[in-house]
Formats: sequence, structure tokens, C-alpha cells
Amino acid sequence: MIEELPRWRRITDTVVRSVLPVVLALVVAGLIIAAMGSNPLDFFAGVWKYGVTGNNWQDSLRLMAPLMIIALGLIVAFRGQLWNLGYNGTFLLGSVVAAGAGPVLFPILPGWLVTAVIIVGALLIGAIWSIVPAVLKARFGTNEIITSLVMSFIAIGVVNLLIKGPLHDPNPRVTAPQTATIDRADLLPFFGGTRVHVGFLVAIALALVAQFVISRTSFGVRLDVFGASPKAAQHVGISRSWMIVLLFSLSGALIALAGTIDVLGNVTYMRANWNPGYGDAILPFVFLARLSPLGAIPLVAFYSVFANGGINAARSVGLSSDFLLVVVGLILVFMTITEYVGDKRRLGQSYLPAGMKQSVMSLFGPRTTATTRVPSSPEKATTPPEKVSTTKTTATRAPGKVTT
Amino acid sequence: MSSTAAAPGVISLREITKAFPGVVANDRISLDIVGGQVHCLLGENGAGKSTLISILAGMQQPDSGTILVDGVPTPINSPKAAVDLGIGVVHQHSTLVPAFTVLENLMLGETGVLRNETRAKARLGELSELLGARIDPDALAGDLGLGQQQQVEIAKAMWKGSRLLILDEPTSMLTPQAIEKLAASVAQIKAQGLAVVFITHKLREAYQMGDCVTILRGGKNVGHIGTEELASYSEAQAQRAILAAMFGDDVATTAEAAELAGATEAVREVDDLEIGAKRARLELTGVATRGHGHDVDVRNVSLSVHEGEILGIAGIDGHGQAALAQVVAGQRSAAEGTIRFDGEDVTRRGVRGRQQLGLRYVTDDRLHEGTVAGMSVAMNLVLKRIGQAPFWKIGQINRKAVDAEAERLIAEYAIKTPSSGTRAGTLSGGNIQKILLARELTDGARFVVVNKPTYGLDLKTVKLVRQILTDFAAGGGSVLLLSTDLDELVELSHRIAVISDGEIVGTVQNDGRGTAEKVGQLMTGAIEGVHA
Repeated sequence: MIEELPRWRRITDTVVRSVLPVVLALVVAGLIIAAMGSNPLDFFAGVWKYGVTGNNWQDSLRLMAPLMIIALGLIVAFRGQLWNLGYNGTFLLGSVVAAGAGPVLFPILPGWLVTAVIIVGALLIGAIWSIVPAVLKARFGTNEIITSLVMSFIAIGVVNLLIKGPLHDPNPRVTAPQTATIDRADLLPFFGGTRVHVGFLVAIALALVAQFVISRTSFGVRLDVFGASPKAAQHVGISRSWMIVLLFSLSGALIALAGTIDVLGNVTYMRANWNPGYGDAILPFVFLARLSPLGAIPLVAFYSVFANGGINAARSVGLSSDFLLVVVGLILVFMTITEYVGDKRRLGQSYLPAGMKQSVMSLFGPRTTATTRVPSSPEKATTPPEKVSTTKTTATRAPGKVTT
Repeated sequence: MSSTAAAPGVISLREITKAFPGVVANDRISLDIVGGQVHCLLGENGAGKSTLISILAGMQQPDSGTILVDGVPTPINSPKAAVDLGIGVVHQHSTLVPAFTVLENLMLGETGVLRNETRAKARLGELSELLGARIDPDALAGDLGLGQQQQVEIAKAMWKGSRLLILDEPTSMLTPQAIEKLAASVAQIKAQGLAVVFITHKLREAYQMGDCVTILRGGKNVGHIGTEELASYSEAQAQRAILAAMFGDDVATTAEAAELAGATEAVREVDDLEIGAKRARLELTGVATRGHGHDVDVRNVSLSVHEGEILGIAGIDGHGQAALAQVVAGQRSAAEGTIRFDGEDVTRRGVRGRQQLGLRYVTDDRLHEGTVAGMSVAMNLVLKRIGQAPFWKIGQINRKAVDAEAERLIAEYAIKTPSSGTRAGTLSGGNIQKILLARELTDGARFVVVNKPTYGLDLKTVKLVRQILTDFAAGGGSVLLLSTDLDELVELSHRIAVISDGEIVGTVQNDGRGTAEKVGQLMTGAIEGVHA
């Protein structure tokens, strides 16, 4: 049985577990920068300078729009314990709908209608593409990690073929494999004079809706029951197959929407082999947010600033911009460690594998002869039983002491 | 007891203490296990029996205390160390690989590069002679009856020349006939000078098979009856001594305690019921299920449960009980046949549809299927009514209504929980079972299928759960009771049907004595018959 923690302890525990890995990753990243001969403080100051000050905050928020929507797409699937890793392909599929249909349709139809058609099209394609791994899992029990990943590779290939072939810019002077550019007037509306487009608002609104659905509606409870235990879900009368298909298509639709919004509000055209890999970068933050849409907002905002400012900051201290991925990797590592240590601490277990401490201690001989500890009450028993091993060494060394 | 500690042939536990978060599973337990004796370890669920044997088997390390083998302090810090000492454990549930032959199963622990089948066969020959049971080395383990599987398990435990054999609740899955065979084998092993630790919570068995008895309660050694003392007692005297230790002052009367501890032979306790005069509530006609991995499916099941009736389903675990319960509850679809509930065809209805009609299901997998451990007690109590008024209005949760319903059920079923907001996973098994019963039996329940309702519960909760079920039936409800505990079936059921390999092989009217034997015969005939 696990002891129930008081509410404030649980909240601080959650916050610590979300923030600590980021802090540790930044500290270690700083050490790495120092080891490479640059000044880490310059780097972090650069992140702030290029990510927030002046007009730079606008670019950070513009980057945040697709990141936030992808995060929501991942949260929907992950909450149901469905590991949809096809985000890169789905994202590009959504992008290519906008980049392909936009230049063709905007000149001949009203702008709002084209935007609506593109968004609906992206949602549908994202959903349909994601249904394949879902049906395979629901029907045959295949591992969705593999199938969604494979579907992602296929999607990336298809998108590149489209850009090099039918969607190639018809302008004969453009030889590079890329689509035509969407006219600035046809892009999503921008907020008065800034570079922040309405997609940012959409992302935040979607996050709030998702938070409401998850915490207040019956669907949210069903989703959590399904995520906690598919067996319990079946017991309660929730169809497993339906849930898998629904969650996967929702997830795929959202991620494709992120792609569309990024093209319609930010990049305006697509080059072949363009793949920003947003999903890979945002993945750790989704877990740090404990799969909470609301909790994801500050973390995604943090990463948006870090990624936006980090590129120039890295350059300014003479690092490759790939250094950002190192930091993301470090966050993942420290998140895993924090979770492991946190769980062990909560369960009152030793942090070391069973028997390891004992073996190590036995090397140091008599120094370990501690007094035999006998927990006299259940309260005491919750402390980590680290002294187990020492008592055993006592026992083997001094048999006379122990008998009755 | 320290006088015998130095004697050879004795494994002594001294002041063994093992604590888990929130509970001291073993609290300074000392006992001696002597060769040539059957040492019975008695105690309720949660008394610390399992922890003690996993310490002996090297699977857990004690927080403090010593194990002395022949008077020499010996740490058992891995299962391998236990095997090297000659300590073999037969676990409650089969650990055989069904697709392997008996011989392959026995040789799983061999470390050599090449398999030495000749030597293995010779060893099996020795062991089958010792056990007094013929074991075919080339039969697939999955084809054997449970009694025979257990003999193979014993052979496996003794494979490396055992000095101590630990049997963990070996009788819980066996028919009365197979229990007799087991007793004969244990007597043979004992005669060879080996020590046997026999774990049970049934008093009768402890008296019949044991040479000495140690009683555990709340992790403490609360009583020991030595060899001479036990031999000098009559059965009734022994019972009284054991019961006093087992329950202390917890249970009001000795008769009640005796019944709970399985000291007496089980007799029916529900009131008579004129089944013919009652309407059929649930009727299954030719029902079959198909597919779902390794579960045994049911085939051609026809049965009816009447108003106010408790119909017991006896059978060895894993013979299609899960499929039967699920097909009745609507969790598994029927590939063939029809299911009628109060005359209405519900074959095509899902779980929620049947739930609303008053057809309920208390699953045996309380922790993973019946409850969501991470959710609050309140949410678990309304789990089957997600989205329904008054708990959800226009899709939005009404927490006040949920909490009010939760408080009502918590009070009615005396669920011990710090609050309705506590996570269900932190409660004890007994209280989790109460959550399930409260949830299923409220709001217009007319029929409930219960699978192993008292499995793994402490005796007071067992009694309470049985009372809830009999009260439900007395109030006109119908119960389909699936259980592997024959005593429980005999006490509660009006009729007992026997399920074997997914089929109902017979039904016994539960009137008067001898029901258990009749049911046992049906079970044996169906399972062991082919291989005997």
C-alpha cells in the first residue's frame, strides 16, 4: 500500500519533478559550454536577448503556436497510453495541404473559404493517416510505436515526392524543389503590427478546451480510465477499439493542424526535405507537464523562447545550433532520473538495486557493523530500509549476539 | 527454542523482521523447521506467511534477524542460494510452462551446456517413487490435471536434492480427492527425513497433515503448538488452541471463528428456495465465446438463475470462469447462443446497456479491472455510471452529486477510507472489494455475477462479503457465484454447477451433506479422468 501524501506535498512534488529536470539540464549544458571554451553565461544571456527582448518575443510566440498544438495532439494520445510517434510525418502532411492548396486556391476563391478548406483538409488527412496504426492495434494488437513511426516515414517520403512533383512551384525560374509561396495577404491575420498570428490564439484556446474536456467532462474520465487500465475500461463498458481509433485520429488531426497553421502563419511555402522536428523537441515537455494541457503552456512557452533565442545565442558563443538538441536530450535524461528517484523515495525504497549495497558494503568489512534496527511501528517502516544490508553483515560476523 | 538451534537438520529463523512501507509484514518471527516433520504455518491473509517464505526462498531479504542452517548463520540472499541449500518452494499458482514437457519443465533450472536427459529421467524416477505418483516425463505440462501439475511442481522443487519443501496453500486449487493424494505424498516425503512447511488458512488441513503448528497474526508469531503437544490433543482441543491464537479476541464466538477458519465441514447457510416457483431471471442458451488470447473460452453453456437464487459455479481456476462472467456481463460478445434477462434478449447489449437493466458484475481482478487505482474512491464508486445524470449534467461533471453518492455508499457499506477523495489504490483489498460490491449492488441491481468474491481477503471481510451476497439474494436478487473455494460454494449456493474446460459438466442440488464430494467427483471426472 502506498501512503497518501498531503495535498501540498503532492503539488510541490509535481512542480519539483517538472522544473528540476530542466534546471539540471541547463546547469549541465552550461558545464558543457564551459568545457568547450565558451562562456555559459553569455549563452544564457543570449537566449534571453534573442528570445525575449526587442521584437524577438514575437518570433517566440509565433514558434509556440505549432509547438503547443503538437503538444496537445501528443497529450490526447499519451493520456490513453497510446504512443503515437508519427508526429513528424503527420505534421508535414498538414503542412503540405496548406503549401500545396494555398497557392492554387487563394487566387480563385475568397480567402476565408480557402483557409477553412485547407484546415478541414489537414484535419481529415491527419486523422485518416493516423487511423492506420490505430486500426492495426485495435484489430491485431500490433505495437503502435512501430506502426506510427513507419507511417511517419512514409508520410515524409510522400510529402517530398509531392513537393518535387505535382506541387512544385509552377514558376519556371524556381529550380529548387519547393512549392509556390502563399501571398502575405492570404496568410492568417496578424495581431496589430506584430509577427504573432491568430494561430497562437487558436493554440491557447485549444489548450483550454482540452483542459476542460479532460478535467470536467465524462469523456475526460473515460479517457483516464482507458489510459489507466484498458481492462478497467472494458469492464466499465468503454469500447477499446473505438477508443484507440478515436484518440489516434484526434491526435493525428491536431498535429496536422499544427503543420497547416505553421505554413499559413509562418513559413508560407515548403521546401523538400524540410522537417523542423517540432514533435521530437516538444516530447519531453509533454511528459514534464504530466500530460496536462494547462501545465504544458508554460513549458512550451519556455522551450519556444529557448529554441528561438538559442539559435542566435549558440551562434554568438560559437556553438552549432544543434546544441539545442543536446539540451533537450539532457532534459529527457534528468527527467528519467528525477522520476526514478522520486518514485523510489515515495515508496520508501532504497535507490540502489537489491543486494548491490550489500555487496559493496561487504568490501569495507567491520566498519559497517551497525546496530540491529528493528522497526517498532508502521510509521518507522516507511523510511528506506537502507540498513538492511548492514544488519545482515552483523549477523554473519557475530552469530553469538543474535540467538534469541 | 534456542536449545534446538544448534541441532543438525534444523533450519531456524531467529527474530526475522521485514517491513514494507506502511506495514510490518514479519515482526521478530522465530521458528524452527525440523527434518522429518510437517510444520504447518497458519494465518489469515496478510498475516505474513508469504513474506516469510519468500525470505526463506531468497526472494526477499529480511530487515533484521538471522537464518541458521544446522546452527550456522546462513544468509539466503538469492533464490539460487536457497536452491543450493536445498530449499524448494511450490508456489500457490503453477509456475510450469504449459507448452513444455514435464521433463523440460524440470530441467529449466539446469545450468550445464548440454541437456543430460538420461540423468534427468533417472532423477524423475527417484522422485516419482518418493512421491508415490507416476509422472510421465514426456507429457506436456499443460495437458496434466491440476493435481498432477502440483506433483510435478513438487518434483521440481525437490529436483536438486531438497532438504526443505515449502508448500504455499497447496490445497486451494485442488478437489477433495486430489487433496488426499497430496497428503499421501507429503507423508512419503516426511518419511524420507525431509522437512516440510505447509502453509494453509484451513484449520482442518493443519490438524490432519501437520506435526506442529505455528500461527501468525499481524506479522507476529502468536502461537506455537509443538509436536508432542499437538499429538496429545484431540481435534477439538487443537482447534480451540489454534483459534484462540489465530483470532485473539477479535471474533465473538468460537463457533464463528471455527467456521471462518475452515475448521468445520461447510454446510449450506442460505434459506431454502423453491426454484420451480420462481421466475428465471437470467437464461443462457447454448452460449459460446471465441478468441481472446490464452483464456479458456466457454462452449455450449446453458444455465438459468432464478429470482432469489444463488447459483454456484465450481471449477478449477482458469477453466472458463472469466469468459463466463464476462459474457454474462457483456464484456465479451457471445459467438453463439442467446442470453435473456427477465425475458428480454440482451445478447446484443453491451456492458452499459446491461448495467442499466440491473445486471451487474463484480470481477475477480479487483485491482486492475474493477478499480482504477489512481482515481478517487468517489470516482470509482460511480465508474459504471460515467456520463449519467445526476453525476454528469450536459456533459459536465457534478462533483457535489458524485461526492454525495460516494458518502452514501461509503456509509452503507462501511468502507474504511480517509475520505471519498482518497485514491482507491491506497485502500486495503477488503475495502476495495467493498467499493466493487457497493458500486454493483446499488441503483436497481437485480442480478450480479461475482467471480471469486472472497479471494485473498481477511476473514472478517470474507464473512461480510458472504453476508452481503446472501442478503442480496434474500431480497429477491439473483447471484451467479463463480468460486474456486468449494466450502464457500457449499455455504452460499442453492445449486452448484461445475465448469470444466469451458463447459458445464453437471449440476448438483445443494441439499444436505456430501455436496462437496459430489461436486469434487464431477470436477475430477471431467479433469483427471483422462489422465488418471
